[in-house]
Order: sequence, then structure tokens, then C-alpha cells
Amino acid sequence: MMKMKTVEITVGIFMVAAILSLLMLALQVSGLSFFFKEDGGYKIKAEFSNIGSLKIKGKVTVAGVVIGRVVNIKLDPDTFNATVWLAIDPIHAKKLPYDSRASILTAGLLGDNYISLTPGFEENKFLQEGDIIPMGSTDSAVVLEQLISKFLAGQASGGSKKSDPKTGVEPVSVPVP
Amino acid sequence: MHFKQTATHKVMKPNLDNLVEIRQLHFMRNSRVIFEGININVTRGKVTAVMGPSGSGKTTLLRLIGGQLNPDSGKVVVEGENIAKLSRQKLYESRQRMGMLFQSGALFTDISVFENVAFPLREHTDLPESMIRDLVLMKLQAVGLRGACQLMPGELSGGMARRVALARALAMDPSLIMFDEPFAGQDPISMGVLVQLIRLLNDALKMTTIIVSHDVKETMSIADYIYIIADGRIMGEGKPEDLLQSGTPWVQQFIQGLPDGPVPFHYPARGFANDLWNETV
Amino acid sequence: MLIKRIQLLGRIGLAFLGDIGRATLILYHALVGKPDWVHGFGRLIQQLYSVGVLSLVIIILSGLFIGMVLALQGYTILVKFGAEHALGQLISLSLVRELGPVVSALLFAGRAGSALTAEIGLMKTTEQLSSMEMMGIDPLRRIIAPRFWAGQISMPLLALIFNCVAILGGYTVGVEWLGVDTGAFWANMQSAVDFYADVMNGVIKSVVFGTVITWIAVYQGNDCTPTSEGIGRATTRTVVYSSLAILGLDFFLTAVMFGET
Repeated sequence: MMKMKTVEITVGIFMVAAILSLLMLALQVSGLSFFFKEDGGYKIKAEFSNIGSLKIKGKVTVAGVVIGRVVNIKLDPDTFNATVWLAIDPIHAKKLPYDSRASILTAGLLGDNYISLTPGFEENKFLQEGDIIPMGSTDSAVVLEQLISKFLAGQASGGSKKSDPKTGVEPVSVPVP
Repeated sequence: MHFKQTATHKVMKPNLDNLVEIRQLHFMRNSRVIFEGININVTRGKVTAVMGPSGSGKTTLLRLIGGQLNPDSGKVVVEGENIAKLSRQKLYESRQRMGMLFQSGALFTDISVFENVAFPLREHTDLPESMIRDLVLMKLQAVGLRGACQLMPGELSGGMARRVALARALAMDPSLIMFDEPFAGQDPISMGVLVQLIRLLNDALKMTTIIVSHDVKETMSIADYIYIIADGRIMGEGKPEDLLQSGTPWVQQFIQGLPDGPVPFHYPARGFANDLWNETV
Repeated sequence: MLIKRIQLLGRIGLAFLGDIGRATLILYHALVGKPDWVHGFGRLIQQLYSVGVLSLVIIILSGLFIGMVLALQGYTILVKFGAEHALGQLISLSLVRELGPVVSALLFAGRAGSALTAEIGLMKTTEQLSSMEMMGIDPLRRIIAPRFWAGQISMPLLALIFNCVAILGGYTVGVEWLGVDTGAFWANMQSAVDFYADVMNGVIKSVVFGTVITWIAVYQGNDCTPTSEGIGRATTRTVVYSSLAILGLDFFLTAVMFGET
């Protein structure tokens, strides 16, 4: 029965080692933080005409700092626009100005899409739970193929009329309706 | 653990004396016929021996009685219950009333002699440690190995291992105990010890004993009734003295150990001269 | 001739189905029924020791070396593209998703699976299982069940430890030796690895592998020909079958878990 004791102790150590490993994998390796639980933060909505390849769990950033995640994406059946739910870390709750902009950007040349929020200038009114960032203040995803075809079309027609403001000058910043 | 006395009684009425009854047993293994229609009665309180040449399926018979194998047809009835028809749970319950001694002893090699004998008690009962200790020492005393209780199975001689296995088989006080080749490969002294133990324990503990063996002299000396099986059939049966007196030539050859007779010395083959001249086998 | 071929194929198929059927029956009889918590716990601990703890040394050492090699190899390639800061990401993703579960399962099959088969096979050969049956003790529940559970519990724990040690090994080589920036190493790792999608899916994989390995091991042990040669063959079969099953299942699980993205 002496031996049973050592057996139990070593098995216990084994278990503890495994749990510590899991903790390390969770915290140090995957950087799991417990802020972004779906019900933890508060949710706001944003409407886009095109979300590109944005996915659930995509990052939501302000000035490049992650402050939340995309938790849901749906198509509005009436307007055919995409409605995206963003869960924002409660630390930043109720501090985003009401007139903030949401743009879908791409990480690097070929990376994932993510949402970047640009705070507005409104100082007294903040985004509340369930508030919506309307179409007017969102920038949709830039789809590379559309960009290229637009650019080519611009080249073709823009050869004669160089000063066309709609197609020739800044095709990159104009979202495709 | 106690049997439903009433139910047993009703079924057993015609043959109350027989603890085990085997009726028209047929058994095949891989299309090789082991038994074709044998009948055996094992009388309560007696030592019944089953003898036969090697490979005649004696061990298979014990496994059929213990329910580890199922007959192709016919039935094996132990204490009034058809073993093959029992549910898994019932089968395990009825096995608790059987003890079986394997040829190798089959001791658990990773635990001591004491723990080996205590094993069935710990598994089946919730007895306090002190009582288990007393019971184990009693069983080991009965086989004369109380002093060896702290040894490991690897440190025992073959005869001692078999006696420990006997003590373990006795631990649950079975009503039926089966021995598979108890005398095979024993030196004369341990053989004598085992012969005496089997008879004494059978009489003292009011058990029923089945011995499977091909050691004629030793088996004859302790058995009350003997069946001789070969080629899947019963070649002879009777009390030892009757078998010695009468019996077919085959039985006589077996009992006296004659090299040639109804069982030929040569394995069936084509003509010897033919074989020598032919290169191919 | 053709008929004979077809017959052979049929025989192999039937034998395979028979194997699966018997293996399922063994598992069914071993696991279904009222568990014996009082005795069962002690037995489980005992088996966790011999299956899990005794496999720790090989798991930790292999993990350390695999992590170190990954860092070395990854660094030489990444540095060509000036992307050595992604080393942490490379190491952690390949370990957590693939190498951790698979390599630790292969090692586990070789270390613990073969030992299980040999142990059970030897018990069968020396008639210990038969004698247990004749004592009215079901060897499937007494011998097979605790070993099966122990294998299934140990495998994911070992894989977790393997991952952790391997990442530390990769860290040692990559950061301490080759000079990748610590912050970049961990930050890239953390942004690339998702706890649920990567770590937990890896754990699910190793649970599946643990089940399959232990199942194969106890079945081969219980079903082996009771001779010393039979034990040897059964042990070999355990290692071969489990390795094939691990690799095949890994492809399947990877396709299901990570295939969409």
C-alpha cells in the first residue's frame, strides 16, 4: 500500500502538469482573454453594402488596437445590405462617439478582412447597446477584382476625358454601391 | 449468492443427485469435431474423473461446463440451469459457485500469494480486512502454504503454484471444483500432496469434484467414477475397479498404457516403402 | 481464378467485419453497466500511472526536440523572406493543430498501446483472464475497462504537455539562440492561435486518437492467439493499426475542423 501512495502522487503530478499546459496554451499561446465573451461586451450594429470576406470572430479595432470581435453577420432582406454585429470590450463601453465610422479593411495585401472604427467628433452622445452605424458612415470592403475592372474601364474611357471626377481620379476610395 | 431453493428443487427433481448433467453434447471447433453426443453425470459429493488421450477435448469439456464455450447442440446443466442459456450476469453469478484450477495455476503474477487468494473475496464481498485476512490464512493453511503468503507467484515452484491456485479456487467456498490436469508435470512428492489434497478437500468441504487428467494411476486412486473419452465419444465409464476388470480393448490399452493396440502406434500414412521411394512428401 | 480472387476478397472483408464486431462487443461489455465507483477509482489511478505517467518521459523528450527542430527549420526558411518574427505563429499552429496530437498519439501507440496489448495478451496466454472469468469476475470490466478509460484520459493530457514542452523548446531555440524578438514571437503566436478553433480542436483530435489507440490495443490483447508468438504479433498489429488509424483519422478530422477556411 506504500506503493499505491507514490502512484497516486505521480498521477496527481501528471494531472497538474497537463492542466498547467492547458493554461499555458490558453493564455500564453492563444492569448485567450475572457473579455470577448459574446454576452460580456456590448453590441452595436453596422450596415455595409459589401462585407467582402469578413467573417464571424473577425477583429474590431480602433487605431489598430483590438477592442472587439464580429459576432454575427446577416443580410437585411429589405435593403439587401449586410448587417454586422460587433461585440465591443466593456472597458470601452459607451465611450465611442455616436458619429464614429466603420470601415472594412484588409490586413496586409492578402490577409483577412477586419473592421476598423474611426471615432467621430461628437462629444456628448455615445454609441449605446444596439445602436446602429448607418450606411452613410461605413466604408465597405474593397474587392480587388472590382477595383481592377473599374481601373481598366477608367483607363478605356478616361483616355479622352481625363477630368472625369467619378471614374478617373480616386477609384480606390469610392465604395461600389 | 444463495440459489432460489424452490426453483432449483423443481427442475432438479428427477436427478437430485447430479450436480452437473451433460446431455447429447455436440461441439465443433473450426470444423473439427470435438464431441459428438456425449452424456456425463457428475454426482454430488463425489470425485468424477474424465480421462482421455491428449487432444481429446478434456479441457474443452471443463470450459463448456464453466460456460466459457457454448455447445453446438445438446445441453450442459449445472445445478439445474442450462449454462448456455444463462444471461451474462446470471452466468457470472453461477460461476461464483464453481472453482476451477487451471493447468498453469493462472495466478496473477503482479500480486503476492496472499493477494491472489484474497482476490475473489475482495471482488465479491465487502468483508472487513481482518476477516479477509483470516479467511485467506485459513485457505492457505488448508493447502499447507500459510508460510508462503508473502511470496510472489514467480518465486513458487510449479506444485506450490498449483496449491495456491487451489486455495484461491476454494476462497469462495464453491460447491463444484474442477481440476484441469492437476498432476501433469509434477514431481512425485507434489503429486502425492495434490492427490491427497483433492480427496481430502472434497470430503471435508462436501464439494463435488471433476478431475480432467491423463495420469491413470493417480486419477484411479482418488476418483469415484471415471469417464474415458476419445474421438468425441465416451469409450468407457465406471468405477475405477470395474474399469480395471472389464472394459473394451481400447480402454484396457489406455489404462495400461500399451504402445500399440486399437490405437495404432503409427499416424495414418500411405505405405512406408512407397514413401521412401518417393522424393515428395 | 477470378472467382478465387473474389472469394479471397470476401474472406478478408468478412474477417475485417468480424474484427470490428468483436472489438465493439468487447467495448460494449466492458463499458456498459453499473460502474463500480469504489474499486474502480483506485484501478483507474493505477492504470493512469502505468499508461500515462510512464509515457511522460518519451512525450516530454520528443516534444522538446520536435519544438527545437521546428524552430530551426522554420527560422531558416522564414528568414529568407525576412519573416522570422512569424516563427512563433509557425511553431504554435503546426504543433497545436497537427504535430502535437499526431506525434504524441504515435508515441503513445508505441509506448502505451503496445504495452497494453502485451500485458493483456500475456494475461490471456497464462489463463489469468480465463481463471478470472471462472471466479465469476468479468475480466472485460475488471481488466479492460480501467485500461480503456486510462488510455482515453491520458492521451489528451499527454498531447497538451507535448504541445507545451514543444513550444517552450521552440522558444528556447528561436528566441534564446537564434535571436527572434520575444515580443514578436509571442504576439504573432497569440494573434494567430485561437483557443477554441486551434487548441480545443487539437484536444478533440487527441481524445479521438486516445480512444482509437486504446481500443485497438485492448482488443488486440484480448483477441490474440495465446502463444508467445501470438502476443508478439498482436503487439505489432496494435502499433501498425493504431498508427494507420491515427494518420487516416487525422486527415479526416483536419478536413472537418480546418477544411472550410
